[in-house]
Amino acid sequence: MAKVIEGLYYSESHEYLKVEGNIGIIGITDYAQKALGNVVYVDMPEVDDEVEAGAEFGAVESVKAASDLNSPVSGTVVEVNEALEDAPELINQDAYENWIIKVEMSDESELENLMDAAAYEAFCEKEAH
Amino acid sequence: MYKYFPHTEDDLQAMMEKVGVKNLDELYAQIPEHIRFKGDYELPRAASELEVRQVFEELGNKNKQLTCFAGMGVYDHYTPSVIPNLLQRSEFLTSYTPYQAEISQGTLHYIFEYQSMMTQLTGMDISNASMYDGTTACAEAMMMAVAAGKKVNKVLVTGCMNPLTYEVLKTYALHRNIEIEVLPIRDGITSLDDVKAALAQGGVAGVIVQQPNVYGIVEDFTGFAEACHEQKALFIMDSVAADLAVLKTPGEWGADIAVGDGQSLGIPMQFGGPYVGYMCCTEKLIRKMPGRIVGMTQDNRGQRAFVLTLQAREQHIRRQKATSNICSNQSLMALWVTVYLSLMGKEGLKEVAQLSYAGAHYLCDELLKTGHFTLAFDKPFFNEFYVKYDGDANALYNRLIDAGIMGGVRLEEGFLFAVTEKRTKKEIDNLVKIAAL
Repeated sequence: MAKVIEGLYYSESHEYLKVEGNIGIIGITDYAQKALGNVVYVDMPEVDDEVEAGAEFGAVESVKAASDLNSPVSGTVVEVNEALEDAPELINQDAYENWIIKVEMSDESELENLMDAAAYEAFCEKEAH
Repeated sequence: MYKYFPHTEDDLQAMMEKVGVKNLDELYAQIPEHIRFKGDYELPRAASELEVRQVFEELGNKNKQLTCFAGMGVYDHYTPSVIPNLLQRSEFLTSYTPYQAEISQGTLHYIFEYQSMMTQLTGMDISNASMYDGTTACAEAMMMAVAAGKKVNKVLVTGCMNPLTYEVLKTYALHRNIEIEVLPIRDGITSLDDVKAALAQGGVAGVIVQQPNVYGIVEDFTGFAEACHEQKALFIMDSVAADLAVLKTPGEWGADIAVGDGQSLGIPMQFGGPYVGYMCCTEKLIRKMPGRIVGMTQDNRGQRAFVLTLQAREQHIRRQKATSNICSNQSLMALWVTVYLSLMGKEGLKEVAQLSYAGAHYLCDELLKTGHFTLAFDKPFFNEFYVKYDGDANALYNRLIDAGIMGGVRLEEGFLFAVTEKRTKKEIDNLVKIAAL
């Protein structure tokens, strides 16, 4: 069973968002990590790039698939997790610990469009069937 | 009679019955009436082998062997005879691209050698397994720059670009929403001020220059890479491969992508192809590079083995996100270049370059002495130069042809002459003698 953490926001494309003040920490969920298998490359944006809610900001490539990363919220990238450049497998070790980007959020009302832990758990349950 | 036909009448009937059409016309019903061919095919009667040979010999005899002083991207360098002999081995000549790549260790091995030599020649980190030709390699570099940039679609191209390359760039840009801006020609070269001014307008993904440029001039690209990088644009250099043996390399100029045609590395002119394109880049851009990369590793028994190390995933899945959908390379011609480079070595390549340089400069000096020629631009050149002529250039061009000489490429005001190590002093003097009349 994939791990889901209370207090985070979740998107239907399996990204999580952790809110700290006006900063959103974005990564892929444990469910997504398991579905992808061994991650071999993470294509990340650069600091100061703009991201848009629902729009692609990068990609995760695993040995069996490659999938787009969609931003749960709009904003400006303030930090990218450079550790993933040399060690993309960190995402498999702990997807919640190893976030991908940090974004300065521009519209907090967008959070309302995201799922909470319970809703996401139910969503994954449904996807699995 | 039907030996070479895959389908007999019976086959056709059976297939048409199956799909429910009465005849072939019905099968092609979707093709608009007015563009369908209605006449009879006027095929000549079958000819014997002897007759076919006679036809082609007659055609072939229309060719005239000329002493070549033309270049503009394609150069008459010498081809050591060992190369065509090796390449005609059927293992090389008839093999198709390795789908189960690691089974074809020999193919992967020579691609690995090719890549290693090209990175040395260009001074770049990475080389792919080759491209179709120089023009498409340049176009792929343009797409790479746009893909690597963030929401930018403009590419600046030097005005001193080979017109053929430029045409291919335009074709590739047409349906990809890439805007090409041609930089002005300033006294035969690209101006850094123009580059900076255009970059400052914003939205630029890359800047493409050519070395030596279309007029044969060796340009000074000091400051170009820095200007590009300040604006997050890529610096792309399209160079004549052989000349890099002595010129400052794209790597030394700080280029992000180095492309060009490999024809100058011992591939005969052969009526326009096949040639081979090369593409090298910095390690940072490896994921954006089209094509494939072969690597060397060890198998489970500790033996040296070659593998298909990297190929951008997007070329097979998520194709709509791909920089390029090119999945192949120009393997046989890449092998040609590999054998050439191995035979010549660093010293041999330098010698070819020095002889070509010396020949071109001797020809230029002699032409200037006749009083009929002046250099179009007073700039350093390598083995090719543009001279203006004070007489009837077309008449001189034809006079040279009559004397068995291909007198360069006719440009608006005169001639673009190229000299390789194959041109002897006697041949050069002969050209000058006719041109002096």
